[in-house]
Amino acid sequence: MIEISQISKSYEDVQALKEITLQVNEGELFGLIGPDGAGKTTLMRILMTLLLPDTGEAKMNGFDVIKDFKKIRHIVGYMPGRFSLYQDLSVEENLNFFATVFGTTVEKNYDLIRDIYYQIEPFKTRRAGKLSGGMKQKLALSCALIHKPKILVLDEPTTGVDAVSRKEFWEMLKKLQKKEITILVSTPYMDEATLCDRVALIQKGKILDVDSPRRITEKFPRKIIRARSDEMYRLINDLRAFKKAESVFAFGQYAHFTGIEDNVETTELDIYLEKLNHKNVLVEEIPPGIEDVFMSMQEQAVSSE
Amino acid sequence: MANDHLTFDVHKGEIFGFLGANGAGKTTAIRILCGLSSPTSGDVNVAGFDIYRETEKIKKNIGYMSQKFSLYEDLTVSENIQLYAGIYGISAKKRKEKEAELLKKLGMGEARGKLIAGLPLGWKQKLAFSVAIFHDPKIVFLDEPTGGVDPVTRRKFWDLIYEAANNGITVFVTTHYMDEAEYCDRVSIMDAGKIEALDTPAKLKEKYQASNMDEVFLQIAR
Repeated sequence: MIEISQISKSYEDVQALKEITLQVNEGELFGLIGPDGAGKTTLMRILMTLLLPDTGEAKMNGFDVIKDFKKIRHIVGYMPGRFSLYQDLSVEENLNFFATVFGTTVEKNYDLIRDIYYQIEPFKTRRAGKLSGGMKQKLALSCALIHKPKILVLDEPTTGVDAVSRKEFWEMLKKLQKKEITILVSTPYMDEATLCDRVALIQKGKILDVDSPRRITEKFPRKIIRARSDEMYRLINDLRAFKKAESVFAFGQYAHFTGIEDNVETTELDIYLEKLNHKNVLVEEIPPGIEDVFMSMQEQAVSSE
Repeated sequence: MANDHLTFDVHKGEIFGFLGANGAGKTTAIRILCGLSSPTSGDVNVAGFDIYRETEKIKKNIGYMSQKFSLYEDLTVSENIQLYAGIYGISAKKRKEKEAELLKKLGMGEARGKLIAGLPLGWKQKLAFSVAIFHDPKIVFLDEPTGGVDPVTRRKFWDLIYEAANNGITVFVTTHYMDEAEYCDRVSIMDAGKIEALDTPAKLKEKYQASNMDEVFLQIAR
């Protein structure tokens, strides 16, 4: 379990974290969702006892991040955002090194990493620096797990990773969760939020909301209308020019539209777009996704500053 | 083999999405198209110039932006623009005009004298893109331009891409965000050095009976 209470942290003139309070339950797969610069890495580094908070306290399975830092280091596994293994050691040497540091052996905990490690085992004599991105990621995860941690912290493990490898990585996390490991993972990909039990949406050092992904979208009060036509760029510009438009953004093959005070009807937009000679127009109301919610909260946070 | 018999055309003013898994050969292909690396075999024309004999002409007619590096962090906004304009031989008078116009459009007038290092990532990316097309190239190559940024900034960045394409600049873009693949006029998907699919997002979805590009990509690259 991770308990974070009123944590703040500043770097020179930037306040990276503003009174963060958060609890991650035992065995939970918890997501920190937010863009670059939101404060995700700072929070993780504090939990990993690599950085001291200015104020507030945090506990990892009951151990205090300041007083009990040595104990914490035995029960956590950490995969930093930047590849931090020894580039000039082989795959096997890296894994043995991390096992030895924690006073254990690869054999003893092989069960835990088998599903991940078997995919890179054929390359075990290759230097870590020569691995592809996806293989480095698997090795880093194996090394973070080799001492059988109770809590696993992963800092943007899927950034810059292609859609297929991302999917595989999340399948691995789901399997690890079944082995009673508490997992805290950060990501800038909003679609990955739906794969977590609960998420915290974080922006500029502040938590916007904490809940299950389903609850976050269910309780969102705004009406989202999506529209499609043959000309995306013109569609977006025309929708923005609509007199009752509040925000219009591209979402894949559609544009998502929110109107002022939510009183815009789909038929109004339909007629408006037909008049402007858009072809193959489709306008419909849809339930909001995580990304809609995040973007709306983000715009609100910006306008209230 | 990083690129195996690649054949494709990209049209003027088109937004062309260049997708593929990590290690599929995208970077190799882009380096060849930018005149930075020579193909082992095959013919390539970029902006009407031959990739073997006219690499310098190609370089004058293209812009390039990558997520990893684009602007000098320890130079100011204005100094970065001066540097790029200087490299592409734009006169001081013209540069000043365009710079004022650009900073006004981006709403960054006050940041003119600030170091790049202190700017928010979203600003850096918009500026990097604008600098990459400052010399009005025929083609701009964007290598994962939107990695890591927030969803609003990501979409505002695409507004700039649409605008550039609308002004006749050909946009060649790679991304790992599959919703962005939908914004392209046409998309190619590479796997193990080969182009496995090339068409409009609508046709690809029809062909692979998928409801979005994410599903198309997973079918091809998995």
